[in-house]
Amino acid sequence: MDILDYDFMQRALLASLMVGLVAPAVGVFLVQRRLSLLGDGLGHVALTGVAVGVLTATSPVWTALVAAVLGAVLIELVRARGRTSGDVALAVLFYGGIAGGVVLLSLAPRGQATNLDSYLFGAITTTSTEDVAVFAGIALVVLATVALLGHRLYAVSDDEEYARAVGLPVLALNVVLAALVAATVVLSMRVVGLLLISALMIVPSAIAQLLARSFRTTLALACVVGLVVSVAGTTTSFYAGTPSGGTIVLLAIALFLLVTTGVTVRDATARRRHRRRTDVHDAHPHEHGEGCGHQPVFHGDHVDYDHDGHLHAPHLTGTGIHYDEHGSDAAPVHRPGKGAAR
Amino acid sequence: MNRPATAPAVIHLRDATIGYGDVPIVRGADLTVGPGEAVAVLGSNGSGKTTLARGLLGLAAVLGGDVELLGAPVGRLSHRPPAQRGRVGYVPQRHSVTGAVPATVREVVGVGRLAHLGLFRRLGAADRAAVTDAVAAVGLADRLDDPVAALSGGQQRRVLVARALAAEPELLIMDEPTAGVDAASQEALAGVLARVSSGGTTLVVVTHETAPLAGVLTRAVVVDHGRISYDGPLLPGHTLDEPDPHHHPHDTAPRGYRMDQPTVTTRRGGSAEQGR
Ligand SMILES: Nc1ncnc2c1ncn2[C@@H]1O[C@H](COP(=O)(O)OP(=O)(O)OP(=O)(O)O)[C@@H](O)[C@H]1O
Ligand SMILES: [Mg+2]
Ligand SMILES: [Zn+2]
Ligand SMILES: [Zn+2]
Ligand SMILES: [Zn+2]
Ligand SMILES: [Zn+2]
Repeated sequence: MDILDYDFMQRALLASLMVGLVAPAVGVFLVQRRLSLLGDGLGHVALTGVAVGVLTATSPVWTALVAAVLGAVLIELVRARGRTSGDVALAVLFYGGIAGGVVLLSLAPRGQATNLDSYLFGAITTTSTEDVAVFAGIALVVLATVALLGHRLYAVSDDEEYARAVGLPVLALNVVLAALVAATVVLSMRVVGLLLISALMIVPSAIAQLLARSFRTTLALACVVGLVVSVAGTTTSFYAGTPSGGTIVLLAIALFLLVTTGVTVRDATARRRHRRRTDVHDAHPHEHGEGCGHQPVFHGDHVDYDHDGHLHAPHLTGTGIHYDEHGSDAAPVHRPGKGAAR
Repeated sequence: MNRPATAPAVIHLRDATIGYGDVPIVRGADLTVGPGEAVAVLGSNGSGKTTLARGLLGLAAVLGGDVELLGAPVGRLSHRPPAQRGRVGYVPQRHSVTGAVPATVREVVGVGRLAHLGLFRRLGAADRAAVTDAVAAVGLADRLDDPVAALSGGQQRRVLVARALAAEPELLIMDEPTAGVDAASQEALAGVLARVSSGGTTLVVVTHETAPLAGVLTRAVVVDHGRISYDGPLLPGHTLDEPDPHHHPHDTAPRGYRMDQPTVTTRRGGSAEQGR
């Protein structure tokens, strides 16, 4: 527990806990909306805000928040006008933001601009007590908004045209989402860094998508994953002396690869087993049914036929009738879902 | 159409031009649809049916004339005026549910209820009941908690129909709800639409196949090269020349509506009542 003996580590862990929880809660909507890189663009814009803060000797967290939220609102208004594509608007944000930040920071008095890296990639030693307080405020606001407006944000992210057609306030919801992203970017400033925050928004969602079946569970699972990799990454960076942001993101990506492999293997095994049993059943000369001579066994919501030492479960698929083998105790081998759809 | 002259129109177009960007697609459209009417919008591929429907919904630009929905003008890509919120249901032609994150049938159809609620309200018991009813109406009750991505194309279309039904709208605009949907489900849909229609909902259904819905839809509006070329009763046997797939709006003589097609005369044996 010696890691908690250091005040800066306590603050860093608190900050990482908050950003780990919040970033995926916002990121899932961005993934759904296929606007994954919005967080990245707003991170660039926030850098201009940081530079303004450094130059004017105000807290860079506040100036970054103002810059990112302004950028977020601006980009949504540009997108809503529909003249420029979202892509181009994002690109302008990217480069304008980072160029503005770098140029302004170079104007700062000597010694100030040297911690540019810590803003971009995160550094555990930099979180101040005031930062933690601001971060807590941001985290509360973001989580409360997602809890209140989550279903609507989902609706707009999922099918914007339908949402508009039935009269949901599409522009307002888009602006709210973009503002949440902006706030999350700033929340990440100390521990994860402005250039890497987008990864903590997107990768946990990508992991959760592989495992969950509903939007709600994807959201919850992504938050858990984000929280775990964020805290674990921060702890690792303490012992290994690596930048926290990079460590967190590498952990997240490692987990993503692990889960992808696991899911692929699981699906392949299930498919193979499924096919093998199909071969067995294909050898049966008749379709089981009432009076076919085999013992019907009621099994939950369906009937299996007991013969030759196995339970035979007919079910319809896209290509016709198909048989699975059900153990008397076991769950069905066949899962209608991701694996089978491939 | 012999409604009292006092009933306000649900849809009212006067010399309306609708298009994309600055390009007009539907031109000079005059159309008035009263409460409870059930209108089929017919026409060959590319004639402008979808554009007309999207214009009504504020999804395509109104470039000229008036387009009024439920008594309020539809602005150019603007937000619905409060008067229109939660009163319109829509089934888009293309399956635009492209989201990358898994979502269950229940979640997608639940969206249909949102426009009814205050901004911060959650779905209540009545909303959840409307969702399960709508999903049952399209015959997917057993798939409520399955991810939409795991459903077949036709089943996904039915999910979108359920989303529109769940809204319990006053005006239901459906763009080819029966495309890619099997015969049994089409009949079930006809039953649902008959019920909805007799409940007073105004129906506008863009379709190429009037046969499955012939008992429900009573009026036909034919769009030809962006103009409304026929507006009158939908008679049995009404059908369309199906143009070649490379049809270009200006490459041939006008074609479209004709009444002498004998093949499709009556609906399939089923009736408008829903089975079960
Ligand atoms: N988003 C768009 N931008 C520009 N032009 C479009 C757009 N969508 C459709 N069009 C054009 O408008 C014309 C009418 O298209 P519309 O989709 O309304 O046809 P439709 O009658 O619904 O045809 P279908 O039976 O194939 O659905 C077509 O010539 C098409 O090229
Ligand atoms: Mg169309
Ligand atoms: Zn048998
Ligand atoms: Zn079984
Ligand atoms: Zn068997
Ligand atoms: Zn099977």
